[in-house]
Amino acid sequence: MQKRISPAFYVVAIGYSLIALVPFLWSIYTSFKPTSMVYHTWVPLKDLSFGSYKYLFTSPQVAFVQWLLNSIIVAIIVTVGNLIVNTLAGYAFARLKLPGKGPLFLVFLAVMMIPGQVIMVPMYMLLGHLGWIGNYSGLTIPFLMSPFMIFLARQFFLGMPKELEEAARVDGLGTWGIFLKIFLPMARPLMATQIIFTFQGNWNSLMWPSLLTTGSPNVYTLPVGLNSLYGQYNGYWNNILAGVLLLTIPMIIIFFIFQRQFVQGMATSGIK
Amino acid sequence: MKLSAWKKSKLEQAMVGYMFLLPAVVALCVFLVGPIFYAIYVSFFRYNSLNVSQKQFIGLENFVHLFHDPMFGRALLNTSIYAVVVVPVQTAIALFLALIVNSIKGKTFFRVVYYLPTVTSTVATSLMFMFIFEPQGLLNSFLKLFGIHGPNYFNSPTFALPAIIALAVWSSVGQFMIIYLAGIQDLSDEVYEAAALDGATGWKLLRHITLPLLRRTTFLNVVLSLIGCFQVFDQMYVISGGTGGPLNSTLSVVLDLYNQATSGNMGYASAIGIALFIIILILTLIQKLIFEREEA
Repeated sequence: MQKRISPAFYVVAIGYSLIALVPFLWSIYTSFKPTSMVYHTWVPLKDLSFGSYKYLFTSPQVAFVQWLLNSIIVAIIVTVGNLIVNTLAGYAFARLKLPGKGPLFLVFLAVMMIPGQVIMVPMYMLLGHLGWIGNYSGLTIPFLMSPFMIFLARQFFLGMPKELEEAARVDGLGTWGIFLKIFLPMARPLMATQIIFTFQGNWNSLMWPSLLTTGSPNVYTLPVGLNSLYGQYNGYWNNILAGVLLLTIPMIIIFFIFQRQFVQGMATSGIK
Repeated sequence: MKLSAWKKSKLEQAMVGYMFLLPAVVALCVFLVGPIFYAIYVSFFRYNSLNVSQKQFIGLENFVHLFHDPMFGRALLNTSIYAVVVVPVQTAIALFLALIVNSIKGKTFFRVVYYLPTVTSTVATSLMFMFIFEPQGLLNSFLKLFGIHGPNYFNSPTFALPAIIALAVWSSVGQFMIIYLAGIQDLSDEVYEAAALDGATGWKLLRHITLPLLRRTTFLNVVLSLIGCFQVFDQMYVISGGTGGPLNSTLSVVLDLYNQATSGNMGYASAIGIALFIIILILTLIQKLIFEREEA
């Protein structure tokens, strides 16, 4: 069906690439400018420097390193936790004979329809009651499970042939052994998809961390911290955008590494 | 003997199975189902967390108040305008780009580039756009070349929401383009060959073959996009500094909910959350109905 491709197609495609990239490029450029020149369109090469980055990492006035660390720790705990909890549950729903699992799975499906913001108030109260506001517990423990990822995991394990189990049973493997030795090694694509989306969701999230770190700047995650930085240092765009890029770069690296899984996961599941 | 071994293995499977489910079920009960019921419960109360002793059952009063509250009305209006513009614009651009990218070389490159804004944190993209939309920022410098004097976008009640809309479209077009791209690649070549035999080309092919075949993908995209739009929070929160200003022009439903919750109006904030859920549910059902009627 593809015959002549009009050059106009390339013009449009490249044109939109520019639209997609310019904000990033402009931010990179600005992050190297000195504060006095952030609004200058053209800054001489000799005035560009890593000053903003150095400032973020060394200035005692900004808890940037602390926020970065918080973000990394929280994202890793949440990602690993989800990986374990969702994979186990998805596997049980897909492959194990359990009385009552059908109705239980329906409950998981039903809660997927409810927007997270609905439970903002109860969570705020519950976590406040538990003393989990303003520390890592509140940022991690409530977010270790995702009905959607359980759904994905179940779909994945349902797609594997039945013979796998039967052969393993004959070999004398128990339920735990079959999961660990037969199914888990084959579940790499599932793991990749889960890691990417959970990490991305957590790394970028703003609403819950803002709510759950209210008044405790030492546990701010990077997005919350950068948002507060903008409030305090209005006009220091070089510093702010340097922070923005440091928030963005890890995600872009992960995106490049897992590009194919990202796109596949997106296309099949339709989630962000 | 054999039977009892079989029974034993069944029991073992059930034991291990429930262990597998246990963490997920505990999390589900404590952090989802429990809070959902509590949200419904507390929405029937006048309940300020700063003054707990004043907790009082008021029936549906919180929900009635939603209809009279100008703040909520404004938030719903802003969110609706936002959704009404973002959903079609973003879906159209996504489809357009997917069709173009699908027919040229360098698919992977364009896919990656278009998807970059989507993997980037909304705090990052919001701050990037705030700088570009500054009174003396990149956009206004560019407009100046054409003799246009651009406004101070995010300080203007007229321009703040449109600027956020532009940001939203820019940041999520890539996501919907990829879903479209997958949809296009699933279309079978036979249909096209048959259509080509019938002499259908170019625009006709697109209008009568490709678009109808992509209807399912479009439905998925529109539903996802609409749900996302009604939950918009991050951009408004960052750009307005949490206030929804200037003059409430960027107050979204979720930002209103957030501000009510953090100022202690727990009953009312829960009512907003439940209203949001009902709105999203109704919109999704309406779309499903429209879609199914067209299918039939």
